[in-house]
Amino acid sequence: MDGKTISLTLKVWRQPSADAPGQFQTIPAKDVSTDISFLEMLDIVNAGLEARGEEPVAFDHDCREGICGSCGAVVNGQAHGPQAATTLCQLHMRKFSDGDTIIIEPFRARAFPVIKDLVVDRGALDRIIQAGGYISVRTGAAPDAHAVPVKKDDAERAMDAAACIGCGACVAACPNASASLFTAAKITQLCKLPQGHPERNRRVVAMVRQMDAEGFGSCSKHYECQAACPKEVKVENITLMNREYLRALAGLD
Amino acid sequence: MLNSKIPGGPLAQKWSRHQFEMRLVNPANKRKFMVIVVGTGLAGASASASLSELGYNVKTFCINDSPRRAHSIAAQGGINAAKNYPNDGDSVHRLFYDTVKGGDYRAREANVHRLAEVSAAIIDHCAAQGVPFARDYAGYLDNRSFGGAQVSRTFYARGQTGQQLLLGAYGALMKEAAGGNVTLFPRREMAELVVVNGRAAGIVVRNLLTGKLETHLGDAVVLATGGYGNVFYLSTNGKTCNVSAAWRAHRRGACFANPCFTQIHPTCIPVHGALQSKLTLMSESLRNDGRIWVSRVPGETRHPNDIPEGDRNYYLEEKYPSFGNLVPRDVASRNAKSVCDAGFGAGGGNAVYLDFNDAVRRQGAAAIREKYGNLFDMYQRITDDDPYTEPMMIFPAIHYTMGGLWVDYNLMSTVPGLHVIGEANFSDHGANRLGASALMQGLADGYFVLPYTLGDYLAQAGPAKTPEDAPEVREAEQSAADRITRLMGIRGKRTVNDIHRELGLLLWEKCGMARNEKGLTEALGRIPEIREEFWGNVNIPGEPGGFNQVLERAVRLADFLEFAELMVLDALERRESCGGHFREESQTEDGEAKRDDENFSHVSAWEHAGDGKRPVLHKEPLVFEVAHPSQRSYK
Repeated sequence: MDGKTISLTLKVWRQPSADAPGQFQTIPAKDVSTDISFLEMLDIVNAGLEARGEEPVAFDHDCREGICGSCGAVVNGQAHGPQAATTLCQLHMRKFSDGDTIIIEPFRARAFPVIKDLVVDRGALDRIIQAGGYISVRTGAAPDAHAVPVKKDDAERAMDAAACIGCGACVAACPNASASLFTAAKITQLCKLPQGHPERNRRVVAMVRQMDAEGFGSCSKHYECQAACPKEVKVENITLMNREYLRALAGLD
Repeated sequence: MLNSKIPGGPLAQKWSRHQFEMRLVNPANKRKFMVIVVGTGLAGASASASLSELGYNVKTFCINDSPRRAHSIAAQGGINAAKNYPNDGDSVHRLFYDTVKGGDYRAREANVHRLAEVSAAIIDHCAAQGVPFARDYAGYLDNRSFGGAQVSRTFYARGQTGQQLLLGAYGALMKEAAGGNVTLFPRREMAELVVVNGRAAGIVVRNLLTGKLETHLGDAVVLATGGYGNVFYLSTNGKTCNVSAAWRAHRRGACFANPCFTQIHPTCIPVHGALQSKLTLMSESLRNDGRIWVSRVPGETRHPNDIPEGDRNYYLEEKYPSFGNLVPRDVASRNAKSVCDAGFGAGGGNAVYLDFNDAVRRQGAAAIREKYGNLFDMYQRITDDDPYTEPMMIFPAIHYTMGGLWVDYNLMSTVPGLHVIGEANFSDHGANRLGASALMQGLADGYFVLPYTLGDYLAQAGPAKTPEDAPEVREAEQSAADRITRLMGIRGKRTVNDIHRELGLLLWEKCGMARNEKGLTEALGRIPEIREEFWGNVNIPGEPGGFNQVLERAVRLADFLEFAELMVLDALERRESCGGHFREESQTEDGEAKRDDENFSHVSAWEHAGDGKRPVLHKEPLVFEVAHPSQRSYK
């Protein structure tokens, strides 16, 4: 905590609805404490707009602890802003300097239509999971948890991938607006665990096809997704997904 | 009014006996029923998926853009289960006993025992779903310890256990949405409960994207809408967590039980400024390795690393040698408050140290990073301080609410057909919840209890067959629409957050960690004034049709402003201390909570009597056949 304040100029994307045109609005933000979070800074700016009877900037947020995946915007060209491995809600204003201009835009992708201002529709990610991002075990059908030991390394790899919060920053950062990192994270988690093996082929094919159907682009290895990911999910998952996909198409068990 | 419907027979046999006695719905008839589930946290997602697997039609509603965002996702430390894998003496009976004792003997024995019985199956199911629990090198599941227990029964997935369990339940929900019987309705908020002929028959929701009200009718309604901690404005809850669904149901006849039982979590990052939007929890699991202390010198100004060992007061270890830093949350919180009130707070303020120096020295920084890395990173991002080299500063904050809608043994409220699960009900944690038990209860209710008990209800009640134009349906729709119109017509001067902060501060001061008759009476006088200020002077820009986040917050605050009064009234009426409810007038000589079993060994269930009328108090006596109440001691 350093107790300093800074003054900023915000250029925020304002768009009333999906089919209305949008534009940048310039809003000054004066005397911002460097100890507050980026979203708290937006709260204060919004309180000022509300006090003048203007509509505040719409943005999705919920847990403000970096785990629910609700929040996210492109800040000065970077999804979730300048700090590595950090969601927008966990970015603090000490990462900015007095006099900075901050450009704030929604996560842009064909598959993420804008709803309002910084809020986008990420329902496509849910539909990719619906295509097969689970193990189809019925409640009550499971054996004792110790009946199936899992190698520690595999469990750790599964957990690394499962850390994905579904925020969509990988899509926003990718020049192709690909959802490969998101999709690959779930595929890795479930194929590293023996419980996920019976559905492994069906899962990867269905999820990749759904990803394409939603209008996401393909991966051409820019690695921007990995750089933007607040949970440090790695591109090696995409390699694994591609291999799994080919295996499945070749009909290998 | 209150029939708890606890099955007969010995405690350990009640649930299995009840399972046999409950009526069944035959497989071909299940598809004739429509169940409405509100909420997609651990309880709501697991219930929706399990009911759909059984063959019921399910409509599932969530407030966020995706069911995966529900605030269960933020639970860090772990989930309890009586597996006894570590061979350290755990059992169903011990988990039951610890939970009843931890709740300061204000929970219903039969419910708690059932919770302990089904706990093991939760772990089995989640492992089969692909939840990546922590494992040892042999490939088996690892455990750690949480407060209020002397065994290691907590399963975990790094510091993201809630996330992983929720994503497991979310996966099951998505499976059923894709090929099963679940229809999902994201970005919807419940605005009214529809009650027809005394039976819950549907809900009115507001579509948060379009602002339109939508009515959905069904044969039963399940609320899995979480707790009301955000009534305090600052809490560790997600920003959208609210009391509205529960409150709307309360106004339609569901009794609200023990609203004053709120949990204050001892280890949160302290408040840093007046415009702070929320508080952040540092997992209880940190108390496995972190040591809590303050300086022995009042008004200490030295940097914590410069304070010598002799000047450090490890007050929990000194006062409670058998549980040490792992005393239950209410005890740890109260002790932090009392050392700070006495002037020993870190930096002279409201904070105590949580120190990992010894653990880093003993186990190495790498081992500590593996266990708590993400928590340490979060702490550093928020405070800019490095917990590997200097102690964390922490202070208690509102975290969980044990109170909730009253339910019977079948998890049904006082409105027939309205079931309440997870944090939204009151049932299992008494006056204080033990760490890692919220995840257990949410999933127990959703996977293993409600799918049985709801079937029993539907088998008896049959289809509701509510006509879409029934007068009760129209009345509920009109009531929801009128409230929005009234809010949008105020056009006053103060922001919603400003008024919410004022309410929160009042409640934190008068109905927070310590409560007394004078303060509570003052709060009861102030709340109606704040409510009047809200209805006369709040400013909601924009339009009611379309995406309007200020209106969303205003709708929630309007309900918090009514609920707050009930919470304070309950705190005033309960003239004893128990668990998280600490009445200053009722304490032992050494400052511990002093229960009054003679007068208060009951559940306080409040019935709404109309606006401006005092709610009616109904008491469900608590009978302890097995875990006999004693003064809790963690010394």
